[in-house]
Amino acid sequence: MSSAREARLRIRSVKNIAQLTRALQAVSASKVRKAMQAMMNTRPYATKAWQVLTHIAGQPGRNSLHPLLAKRDQVNARLVVLITGDRGLAGAYNTNIVRFAVQQFENSQAPVQFITVGRKGRDQMLRRRKNILAEFSNLPAAPTFADVSAIGRLAVDEFLSGRVDEVYLVYTDFVSMAKQTPTVKKLLPLEFAEGEGRVESFAEHAQGPAAAYIYEPGQIEILDEIVPRFTALQVFQAVLESLASEHAARMVAMKNATDAATELAGALQLEYNKARQQSITNEMLDIAGGAEALRS
Amino acid sequence: MPIRCEIVSQDRMVWEGDADIVIIPGTEGEMGILPRHAPLLSTMKFGILKVRTQGREEVFAISGGIVEVQPDIVTVLADAAENVEEIDVARAEAARQRAEEFLKAGPPPDTDAYLAMEAALRRSNLRLEAARRYRRGVSRPTDYGEGGSTTGRG
Repeated sequence: MSSAREARLRIRSVKNIAQLTRALQAVSASKVRKAMQAMMNTRPYATKAWQVLTHIAGQPGRNSLHPLLAKRDQVNARLVVLITGDRGLAGAYNTNIVRFAVQQFENSQAPVQFITVGRKGRDQMLRRRKNILAEFSNLPAAPTFADVSAIGRLAVDEFLSGRVDEVYLVYTDFVSMAKQTPTVKKLLPLEFAEGEGRVESFAEHAQGPAAAYIYEPGQIEILDEIVPRFTALQVFQAVLESLASEHAARMVAMKNATDAATELAGALQLEYNKARQQSITNEMLDIAGGAEALRS
Repeated sequence: MPIRCEIVSQDRMVWEGDADIVIIPGTEGEMGILPRHAPLLSTMKFGILKVRTQGREEVFAISGGIVEVQPDIVTVLADAAENVEEIDVARAEAARQRAEEFLKAGPPPDTDAYLAMEAALRRSNLRLEAARRYRRGVSRPTDYGEGGSTTGRG
């Protein structure tokens, strides 16, 4: 008797959960679409800007071009910009990116400092007793470049002041709705990645190693303007990619939760039916037993 | 051999294709970029960018930015850019008036709002000027407040 009652209560609570997760799933579905749109809109500019940066960094005598391009002989400190979400309930999204970041820099000889973006990343890094230089959380739902430019500026300042010798960016790359990959990108000093973008065909056309840029107005003015700005832009794009990834991860997690709850509700319903049937059978037996006893 | 040209603004890909010559509003003056140009990096001022391909010409209004030239490609990273054929004249005019009124009211300069409005005014003026001078088939509309703005494709 009581087990039927218990089952009924559990069915109700499981169904409530399913309703909640279904609603969250629908919300995430619309958010992921918006975030994807924002990301796709800025992607061409960010990709081109990165290409230009790698071309600049690929020139001969790069170390003397601009302080942000200069490789340091000795790496005494590293800085990692880690981008996570503000909220949970996104499956393994936050855990994955934090674990990835920790693993990547586990074997670093030089001390590693973190700039965390997102509350979840901050909390997890604190729990792991990592060195946090700064934290940015509660970003708006649809951040603009102005909202995140401070992050890039801080990283650039730390690098220029010499407090850190390398800056990395750890974020979740949005590949597709079903796939988001934790990614690490070296932000400063800028790397000349071979085979990246159009660099090879540049080398083909270049007349020997001395094919440096012509600058207008001047080399210093133009590099001063674009190098810090494009660096901040990379951070911005990483934030947008991460945001789309977060919503996608949350949508999938909520879909799984809804499916699991529906399945569980079905199983519980079956159990409840059995218990109810059992109690009816028991009552019938009691009545039949009583009647039998009266007759004799 | 044509040169490839890609124009992106901060929020979208504006245009890409092959060109015979690309004319850029550089800060130091206009530059015509032909195929096999030496690598070049330049800032751009507010102005008009033209792309010519086999007798056809595309004209863009560029609100500053950066251009990178490689022997076989011109990459234009504009702060804002649009094809003159796409410019919404009525909207640009409204934006211009809004900005002018704001600035006429004499707000304290050097605030973010002031600078943003000033930039908006420059952008609107550029767009209007570009649409007036370069739009195909429009016989120089004298008042683009009404009607004439959106019908001008010949």
